[in-house]
Amino acid sequence: MTYNLILAGVGGQGILSIAFVIDQASLAEGHYFLQAEVHGMSQRGGAVQSHLRLSDTKIYSPLIPQGEADLILSVEPLEALRYFSYLKPRGTVISSRSPYLNIPDYPPLEDIYREIKKIPSSLLLEADRLAKEAGSLRAENMVVLGAASVFLPLKEENLKKFIEVLFRAKGEKVVNTNLKAFDLGRQAATGEQ
Amino acid sequence: MEKIILLGDEAVALGAIHSGLTAAYSYPGTPASEIMEFLISQSNGGKNYVAKWCVNEKVAMEEALGVSFAGRRAMVSFKHVGLNVAADPFINAAITGANGGLVVVSADDPGFHSSQNEQDSRFYADFARILAFEPANHQEAYDLTREAFDLSEKFGLPVMIRLATRLAHSRAPVEVGEARKKNQQPEYGYGPDWTLLPANACRRFQDLLQRQKQLKNYAEECPFNELSPADKGNRLGVVVSGLAFNYFREVYSRLSSRPAYLKISTYPFPEKKLLKLIEEVDEILVIEEGYPFMERFIRGVAGIPGKVIKGKMDETLPTSGELTPETVARALGLPVKTGLKTDGFQLPGRPPQLCPGCPHADTFKALNEALQGYDRGNVFSDIGCYTLGALPPYKAIQTCVCMGASVSMAKGGAEAGVYPSVAVIGDSTFAHSGITPLLDAVYSNSDLTVIILDNGTVAMTGAQPSFGTGEPLDRMLAGLGVSPEHIRVIIPLPKNHQLNTGIIKEELAYHGLSVIIVRRECVQILGDKKRS
Ligand SMILES: Cc1ncc(C[n+]2csc(CCOP(=O)(O)OP(=O)(O)O)c2C)c(N)n1
Ligand code: SF4
Repeated sequence: MTYNLILAGVGGQGILSIAFVIDQASLAEGHYFLQAEVHGMSQRGGAVQSHLRLSDTKIYSPLIPQGEADLILSVEPLEALRYFSYLKPRGTVISSRSPYLNIPDYPPLEDIYREIKKIPSSLLLEADRLAKEAGSLRAENMVVLGAASVFLPLKEENLKKFIEVLFRAKGEKVVNTNLKAFDLGRQAATGEQ
Repeated sequence: MEKIILLGDEAVALGAIHSGLTAAYSYPGTPASEIMEFLISQSNGGKNYVAKWCVNEKVAMEEALGVSFAGRRAMVSFKHVGLNVAADPFINAAITGANGGLVVVSADDPGFHSSQNEQDSRFYADFARILAFEPANHQEAYDLTREAFDLSEKFGLPVMIRLATRLAHSRAPVEVGEARKKNQQPEYGYGPDWTLLPANACRRFQDLLQRQKQLKNYAEECPFNELSPADKGNRLGVVVSGLAFNYFREVYSRLSSRPAYLKISTYPFPEKKLLKLIEEVDEILVIEEGYPFMERFIRGVAGIPGKVIKGKMDETLPTSGELTPETVARALGLPVKTGLKTDGFQLPGRPPQLCPGCPHADTFKALNEALQGYDRGNVFSDIGCYTLGALPPYKAIQTCVCMGASVSMAKGGAEAGVYPSVAVIGDSTFAHSGITPLLDAVYSNSDLTVIILDNGTVAMTGAQPSFGTGEPLDRMLAGLGVSPEHIRVIIPLPKNHQLNTGIIKEELAYHGLSVIIVRRECVQILGDKKRS
């Protein structure tokens, strides 16, 4: 089994936090994994992505080959589209519906949604609303992670354990907000399936 | 053994810590910054070992050399172009030799993720005639760093570790070993070896030449340079190094008949192993991340009679950019998938840009307005977040070459008749390489306006401390001899726009050297301070 996943978003949207949780859960469950991420220039409001690969046998390439991603997980709808060439024919796309508007030529949202919905296994989440409901708009990344948890070959409890580890230093309230965001995302994914 | 998740950069850093590191030095630069970030985070406030950001890479390299002279272990790390800045001490450190283990980490950036060029640090190691390691994965990054310290002491030479972005910035679990103790008492280097008067230098260079044989022998024996035989009847041999090995290995199992390969993680190039491979094959494919360094070596001038050599030089692989699983699969004759297309949908790019509320934005607005009415002026700029001022909506700067070049190019430009000649430089870049050209401009009272963007940090690379900020910067400028009435300070805020534009106009009109300090903190570090 090799599971390939692309995390997408805009610099500053917390993609590396999602990666941290998945990485740690993978190690805890004894998988091999490799995760390539972006630092530097493009973190300033540019498109960022992370290639994450889990496997029960040794893996080599830090980049996912085209057409080999099982899942594209995006915190921003336009950014989800950017990596379609990586998706497997029967791959899944999970994305937040809420756009990050910092470019002049942002396409009409309906067009973006339409493209995403062409994928049979796709899910557009009201991540902003759910994050707010959980207690903070900043938790959108955990909403999409929660939705993805339905598909990932990792145990829910392990993912949650490392959300706790990630936010522990920021206090109990932040931990609970993020756990709730995860739960709401997960519910949204199971409800709509 | 314990397994921990580490970035490639962090694997190198932890390898150094476990090698008995006494001190490490660096200047920020993508993709190397996380080495020092990690070292600082594990140093227990400097109690475990010294881990410091320096004013620039040359200084960092020399500080590390001082530690090595004193008989203790030191590491210096930077991005590839940092090695250009540190080249003088780097090359000469091969002549003095190392006393305590001295490891130089240079992180290349193929694919131009965050850099001006794609230069390949392996040429520098070859030029200096020292050993270089090119780890293929995280485990090797850790293991080879430990090996590098031991070998540096064994051969009495600095050792280079060459990283590339995809290894530096990817994470994987690493098995770590027992930590070694530090070298205890300082034991100084032998003075005449370290005093490079021509006679000493010549003697030391002969010594370096003598030692080449030992380095070559090591590279031949080194288990990290691995020769693997072909399946019966397969006449292809692949020579593949470092990071590239992963893309090769990814598709290797898909090949119906497997070629022989020579995996390289250590230079100088193991010639005997190569000759052994060549004997067995008719065709050689060279796969490497960066420039065709091995390929040039293997091809020589006339190629190898009777053998076909493929690689970047015949464009079997792309001559620029990063390798990918696709380019490597194609080079091996395998089909690649094309993946899904978003037909007919125009996908706009999302380039990086200044954060909302960034002080640089206010500066560029004021500068653009102040320059109206001058038709032949030029804004020479430098490297940092403010380089994004080249893009719309600002389009405020016309150059960006290398750290500090704004000031020197503006002086040269002014001397060639550019008026107004403006230099725009960040506070950290000014400390790094802007002070010396400014001194030059003071000496000539050049007709130029230097704008120092003091946002209090090295923002572009992740908010490391800056050495040329605040009140010390003001004193520095006065001390350099810039005339006090032409040192102006402005606060870049929308409400000050008129005032700031006026001040910039005044200094543009002045035919002599002026320095305008633009002072407001980067909103990112401001945000971090508020949150913590
Ligand atoms: C020789 C060299 N070292 C390091 C870098 C990486 N680098 C790019 S910009 C920059 C510094 C930016 O700091 P500053 O000038 O204060 O501008 P800011 O980003 O804060 O606006 C660094 C270290 C480089 N490009 N070249
Ligand atoms: S990080 Fe700081 S200096 Fe860089 S663009 Fe953002 S606010 Fe401006």
